[in-house]
Amino acid sequence: MTAETPVIEVKNLVTEFATRRGPFRAVDNVSFKLMPGKTLCLVGESGSGKSVTARSILQIVDPPGRIMSGQILLNRHMTRRGRSETADTLDLAALNPRSSAIRAIRGRDIAMIFQEPMSSLSPVHTIGNQIGEAIRLHENVSKAEARARTIELLRKVEIPNADKTIDRYPFEYSGGMRQRAMIAMALACNPGVLIADEPTTALDVTTQAEILSLIKKLQDDEGMAVLFITHDMGVVAEIADEVAVMRFGKLVEHGDTISIFENPQHDYTKMLLGSVKQLDRPAPRRLARRAEHPPGNTLLDVEGLKKTFFIDSGSFFRKGDELHAVNNVTLTLRSGENLGIVGESGSGKSTLGRCIMRVYDISGGAIRYTDRDGMTSDLATLPDRSLMAARRDLRMVFQDPFASLNPRMTVAQLIGEPLLVNGVLSGKALNDRVAELLGLVGLPATAMERYPHAFSGGQRQRIGIARAIALEPRIIIADEATSALDVSLRSQVLDLLLELQERLDLSFIFISHDIAVIRYFCDRVAVMYKGRIVEEGPTEEVCSRPVHPYTQSLLSAVPHPDPRMRGTRVRTRYREQA
Amino acid sequence: MSSIASTTGNAADQASQWTLMWWAFRRHRLAVLGLMIVGLLYFIAAFVELLAPYDPDLSNARAVNHPPQALHFIKKEKDGGWSFQPYVIGMTQKRDPITLATTFTPDPTKTVDVQFFGKGEPTKLWGIFPVERRLIAPKVLGERFYLIGADRLGRDMLSRVLYGTRISMSIGLLGVLMSLVLDIFLGGLSGSYGGWIDATVQRIVEFKLAMPTIPIWLGLSAALPQDWPPTWRYFAITIILSLIGWTELARVVRGRFLALRTEDFVIAARLDGCSQMRVIFRHMLPSMVSHIIASVSLAIPMMIIAETSLSFLGLGLLPPTISWGVLLKEAQNVRTIAEAPWLFSPGVAVCLAVLALNFLGDGLRDAADPYAQEGR
Repeated sequence: MTAETPVIEVKNLVTEFATRRGPFRAVDNVSFKLMPGKTLCLVGESGSGKSVTARSILQIVDPPGRIMSGQILLNRHMTRRGRSETADTLDLAALNPRSSAIRAIRGRDIAMIFQEPMSSLSPVHTIGNQIGEAIRLHENVSKAEARARTIELLRKVEIPNADKTIDRYPFEYSGGMRQRAMIAMALACNPGVLIADEPTTALDVTTQAEILSLIKKLQDDEGMAVLFITHDMGVVAEIADEVAVMRFGKLVEHGDTISIFENPQHDYTKMLLGSVKQLDRPAPRRLARRAEHPPGNTLLDVEGLKKTFFIDSGSFFRKGDELHAVNNVTLTLRSGENLGIVGESGSGKSTLGRCIMRVYDISGGAIRYTDRDGMTSDLATLPDRSLMAARRDLRMVFQDPFASLNPRMTVAQLIGEPLLVNGVLSGKALNDRVAELLGLVGLPATAMERYPHAFSGGQRQRIGIARAIALEPRIIIADEATSALDVSLRSQVLDLLLELQERLDLSFIFISHDIAVIRYFCDRVAVMYKGRIVEEGPTEEVCSRPVHPYTQSLLSAVPHPDPRMRGTRVRTRYREQA
Repeated sequence: MSSIASTTGNAADQASQWTLMWWAFRRHRLAVLGLMIVGLLYFIAAFVELLAPYDPDLSNARAVNHPPQALHFIKKEKDGGWSFQPYVIGMTQKRDPITLATTFTPDPTKTVDVQFFGKGEPTKLWGIFPVERRLIAPKVLGERFYLIGADRLGRDMLSRVLYGTRISMSIGLLGVLMSLVLDIFLGGLSGSYGGWIDATVQRIVEFKLAMPTIPIWLGLSAALPQDWPPTWRYFAITIILSLIGWTELARVVRGRFLALRTEDFVIAARLDGCSQMRVIFRHMLPSMVSHIIASVSLAIPMMIIAETSLSFLGLGLLPPTISWGVLLKEAQNVRTIAEAPWLFSPGVAVCLAVLALNFLGDGLRDAADPYAQEGR
């Protein structure tokens, strides 16, 4: 029994999905080892097979997926609870996915946490009941004992007032609290291995930082082996002992964190790290352009913008609550400038963007827009009908490249729609213009007759951009336009936007939760918190010398893609004064 | 694994929603069977004059409650040879001198030769085009055969059931189409404007749902004047049925509108400068059409059943109009069950139609949103 014995050893794992066009190999000959007390990060972009690999270990691959060959050896004697001298090795790949043998492993020896805590927790049972259930499934304890253990677990995952919050329902928890509860549930039976499948992807950066340090601390206490799946190189640098890079189902590179980050061998790893590092500084292209063409006159002047939502109380007799989604926001955008709006989920940044576009009727304030002829009008008070002209100059790029393109229209119809309804072009001229627009965003003209489902996320986002620039706008509001994309595509799309800015003389309002993207793309940044702008200024200044405590805590939580910086920064948590 | 979309040519890339829907539908075997049966039934409804061997009102005093005759294909000659000649074996009628009950016994010496695409009594297709050829007709004009028997006036049940198909299937379709107009208008109004319009429409729907269906049917149909010509009555019954049945679909339409209103692509269309009408008709409705078709195919059987029930009770269509319900009215008493069970054949037709439409509707509903399954 030496430290060299892994807890789990995956050997030549192959998992296939049966599709209409024959078997699709999602995991192709993957081998790795999980050591007790160590963290292995499985990194890859979407579709690389990293989640399927993790699910194969527990035999919970969604049908029609099936493990075709390979071994998954679980050394039960190496888990903390079962530690003994005698070897007790089990091949999980050989077990029937529905057998009681594999069920006894799940949760007890190997626990898993998922990306979306809300969908992994039952909404109709209290948190306490669900964790208690997990304990009682595997161990023969009384209800009272299980409850006591649950409270202890909740304390361990740093949930405040555990003896009270145990009786709450998942919807009463915040996103971060839910993920903590999921971790508590995963830890219920002291598993030897924790598989975390993108556990922080759905969370804000400040919450993410807390969850990561929690997992690290628990790992140190319990000596668990952790298999951490992520697409975020920053997170990898923060927590990994070892890194395995996956692409198209294959393991392309495998090694310890420092050597992967500082001396990557495989081209794909180099590209991945390159695009991450590229995003960590201002785009040289933007700086060069600004030196030549400094931002001009004020295009858009937002003053005291307010948007209040009324929340139905659900009762006929009680008045609903008010939610100030955007509260007294003042902003200016100059021509040729990129303004970033950064904030966490629920900060009102998307609502702000939609208010400026007048997707929503606004509750107060002014949006003064100066058009090409120097005429200034207040969009806030214009009726819907008179907004047509302004909406030709102000366009929007949406976050979700899947939901924002009508699946029932061809690409030509999608891009041509604004030109058609505004009576700009029709017939042959429209077709030519669409082909030209496709060329501008780097898509072939043959894309015209296809439907959106034929394109990948990055290509779809390009279609969305082509639609936005079709009317030769002056301002583009990009709402999380790169958030749904893989990191390698992110910089490509940002570069495309910068290129279009030069060609078409555009100004951007770029809404994002991702500081790195803002830093790359934006000249100025406004930090939003709970509907207000708490800090505004030139991007570099805000990023290097944040003034407001909220900005400071936000920046301190951003994981850096440099493993040597691990633990060098002090994380602060912003708590609003009551 | 949907992210692995290639830029190379692929049939699915240029497939419209209808193609994708068809691909999904095809995998549903029962639904495809349902589609074939429904298609056949509507074909019969459209071309019944060419299919039914006789005029449905042609009575024959010598064939009262005539039992069904099996169709034979190979005719054996007396000299031992044989030939392909469809025929039925004739029956002789005997009347019991005491009870006066009539019995039919097969008589192998009497045969009626049958011809496919032979000539029958002249009639008019859709009342316009004169036709003589029938899918199946006696070889000698004037001879009679009863493949599924005859009714109490000696009328051919097969012809009557086939003619009934026209009325019963069309009343379902017409009724649903009528309510569909109402549904899309009210549901669309409700879903796309919201606010007090939505509240008002929804209260009307709820009020309508709170009213008991059967008494209203009965009341409204009983109020129809008995001396109206059959066509008027047919349309009046259709309107009554659609007035009763519209609410379900209105809610489906409203729900879809509400869900679609906040979709990114609908907001994008608004920002593109589309008018409200264009947003609704160009961007929202196409996403709903498949759902609407699925709901419609599930609503038609309800209408068919409703018509059948009303007519069975004698409150719907009345003779001389022929519908399955009217035909079943003939089979209302115990004597029929004992003596002429073939009078229930319209019931078999109703079951077949309703089942087929339900299978079809289920399949359509599952295939209705080809994009919903992409994540799987």
